[in-house]
Formats: sequence, structure tokens, C-alpha cells
Amino acid sequence: MIALRDVHKAFGNNRVLRGLTLDVPRGESMVIIGGSGTGKSVALKCILGLVEPDSGTIEVDGRDVAAGDRDAFLARFGMLFQGGALFDSLPVWQNVAFRLLRGSLKRPKDEAREIAIEKLRRVGLKPEQADMFPAELSGGMQKRVGLARAIAADPEIIFFDEPTTGLDPIMSGVINELIREIVVEMGATAMAITHDMTSVRAIADKVAMLHDGVIQWTGPVSRLDDSGDPYLDQFIHGRAEGPIEAVR
Amino acid sequence: MSATAAFAALGRPVLGALALLGRIALFAAETVSHLVRPPFYWREFGHALVQIGWLSLPVVGLTALFTGGALALQIYAGGSRFNAEAVVPSIVAIGMVRELGPVLGGLMVAARVASSIAAEIGTMKVTEQIDALVTLSTHPMKYLTAPRVLAATLAVPVLVGVGDAIGIMGGYMVGVTRLEFNPGTYLHNTVDFLESWDVVSGLIKGAAFGFIVAVMGCFHGMHSGRGAQGVGRATKSAVVSASILILAANYLLTELFFSA
Repeated sequence: MIALRDVHKAFGNNRVLRGLTLDVPRGESMVIIGGSGTGKSVALKCILGLVEPDSGTIEVDGRDVAAGDRDAFLARFGMLFQGGALFDSLPVWQNVAFRLLRGSLKRPKDEAREIAIEKLRRVGLKPEQADMFPAELSGGMQKRVGLARAIAADPEIIFFDEPTTGLDPIMSGVINELIREIVVEMGATAMAITHDMTSVRAIADKVAMLHDGVIQWTGPVSRLDDSGDPYLDQFIHGRAEGPIEAVR
Repeated sequence: MSATAAFAALGRPVLGALALLGRIALFAAETVSHLVRPPFYWREFGHALVQIGWLSLPVVGLTALFTGGALALQIYAGGSRFNAEAVVPSIVAIGMVRELGPVLGGLMVAARVASSIAAEIGTMKVTEQIDALVTLSTHPMKYLTAPRVLAATLAVPVLVGVGDAIGIMGGYMVGVTRLEFNPGTYLHNTVDFLESWDVVSGLIKGAAFGFIVAVMGCFHGMHSGRGAQGVGRATKSAVVSASILILAANYLLTELFFSA
């Protein structure tokens, strides 16, 4: 289980997280929603140790994320980045098998390639595409490669940062479906951040809304439409008028 | 403006510059610490060796060729004022291997390599590839910085050595074809007056300049700001700071090696 307790983070005068408290139970798919710049990405990066919180605690299965063996800790995670974050200098299969070609999870090259091709197949890509470079792929394909890389080492916890940003509605639907299927079949704990409400309904078990650096509302996805929370209502219906101040 | 405000205006940039120098020193020390601790990424090292060493050869070679030729003409013109034209071969050789080979070679590598390292790593940072490396249990300093810094430290002295030879050849070609030197005498004078320390000191300078170029490229790339403008600024800062540090280090090393 992932547990964040009273997490604060500021960048200069900009207080992004102001006491974030959130629990993500094992095997559940939690989606964090919220406007741009509300600290969704910062929250994910704090859990991974990419950003150090100013105060508060973050625990995974009762262990503080800042303590202990970082490599062993990170080996439990997979992450799909917003822009894919694929390494341009490496062919697709080496991107997918990156973790399997070095470090504590290192396998023989042939075996790593085989696993990479299997994962690529799982996300709907052909083996011929394994030897292409990321720049030769479309946005949707890059997202699939990013997804294959995130699941290559069979992680227990998978993070998705804006998984459908920049994709057309049909490709977004395909990626949402893939994410849902993969999370269910792997039994992984998933945490996603997005503004895309179709994505939320497709992949979430639970939803948390981040506003002003704290969780404004949290509950099961089935309660999204009758939450009674004016902030959540304004957000999911995309209204300009409401308690959330919109800069015009 | 009060007196304290004037001091503050003067002190702020000085403190800023010192803080930057401190950050660069810590970055360089961390890079060295990663070089002596496993794992070492040999594939990245080999790739960097080709990019920094092999592909810089044309630029460094052409720079040395023209510099050697121009040097021969200048020394001949200067030397003829007091009937010392005969010193052309030895001064060209000493000038190339001690000073112009390493400095011009270093500056050309700074322009070619520091910029490309900073742009590549800066783009990786902006597109979250550095964060992706961390989540894949790979230390960015170990994977990106350590192999490039070692490759540059080893490759630039070799480039300087090759540049020295090409520069001397440039002087020889001008000396023989334009200044009517006897080919045999020219080569004889070149070898006779050149000491091994002249060459070795230049190669040591080359290693120091290679280290500076790669560290500055990596440092500015890793600290790149957001967007195209951030990467552009990182690239510019890498080239400018590497060039200035090369010239400053050249003075210090020359003082260390040759002052009586």
C-alpha cells in the first residue's frame, strides 16, 4: 500500500503540495485528477524520490521511501511518462528491455530481447517495430512503447502520467483499455494522473481530486457523478463558473 | 544609492559566480567518484569515444594544418627582421606541441563536443528521459556523465597528438613550398630542438581540457532550463564556460610546467 501523510512541497514561493494525505490500497487503481499546476506530477515524483518533499512521510508497504536500498525499491515500480520519455539513441526493443539489460535485473541479451518483443506484442506492436528508433514511431506507438517499458520487469506498482495527452480520442480509448487490461491481469497497484475524464472512468477504481495542494475529494469512481462536492462537479463538467477560480 | 547597496550590487554577482564554481567543482568530484565505483557503462563509453575522439578528428586536423602553416609564415616574417629565419622549423614545432596544438584543439573540441553534450543531455532532461533513467534504477551521472568525461579525458590528448603532427606538417609544407627551406634540413631542425617534455606537457594539457569540456557539457545539460530556450541557454553556457576554463587552465598549467 502507498501512504502519503501530510506531504508539503514548495518551489520557491510556490507552495505546490500543502499537506497531501492519500492512501492507495494494494491492487487498486487510483486516479488523481485536478487542474494544471495543482501538483499531481509532483506528488508522483515525490513517491518515486525524483523530488524530495519538504515535510511529511511517504511509505510503501509501511517502509519510508527515502530509506533503504533505492535500487530494490525502484525495481518494484514501472512508470509511463507523459511524453513517453523514450531514449532516442536506443532502438525500441532496448528501450523496453532497458532494465533487463543492466543492473540487478540483468538477463542475457537474447532473453531480454525476447521479453521486450513479448511486451511489445502485448501492447499491440509488431516484432518488426522492435528494431526501429523512437523518432520513427507515431505518438500513439511511442505511448505503447512507453507502456511496454513500464511493464517490462513485471512491476508491482505502475504509475501513469497523463497517459492519453496528445492522442486522438480513438487512440486514447485504445491506450485506456490497454492500461486497464494490463493492470488487472498483472494484479498491480496503479496510480495515474490525468485531466481526461474518459480516461478516469476507463481506468480508475478510485478517484482523488487534488486542489490547492490537498486532496479535495476522494471516493470510488462510481460516486463521481453524485459526489455532492462543488469542486469535483465543476471539474468533471468543465464549467468555467464555480468554486475553482479560472483565469480568463 | 547608499554605500551598502553599492557593496551588495558588487557582492551579489561575485557570490553567485563563486557558488556556481563550487557547484561545478562538486559536480566534477561526483563524476570522478562514479568513475571509480561500479557499474561502468562500457557501451556508452565506446559510443562517447567515437563521438568525441574519432568524429572530432577532421575539425582538429584542419585547425592544426592551417595554424601550422600560418605559424611558419609569421615566424619567417618576424625572424627575417634579425636574420633568424632558420628558427622556423623548431619554433613551429615547439609552438604547436606546447601551446597551439592543445589550446586550439581544446577550443575546437569545446565548440563541437561541449555543445552537443549539453544539447543532448539538456533535451533528455526537458523530455523527462533523465527522470526515466532514475525510475529504471540507473544513475544519470553514472550512465551519462562518467562515460563521456572519461572518453573526453582520454580522447583529447590523442587528438592533440595527431593535431601536433598535422600542424608540424602544415609548417613543413609552407616552409618547403613557399619559404624555400630544404626538406631534409626542415625535418632535422624540427626533431633536433624538440624535447619529449614539450610533447608530454601538451598531451597532459589535452587531457585536462578534455575533462573540462565534458564536465561543462554534462553540467550545463543536467542543469538545463525548460523548453527550447532552456536547452539553447545550456548549450551556449557550456561552450562559453568550457572555452574560458580551458584558457585559464592553460595559463595555470603553463605556469606549473614551465616557470622557473
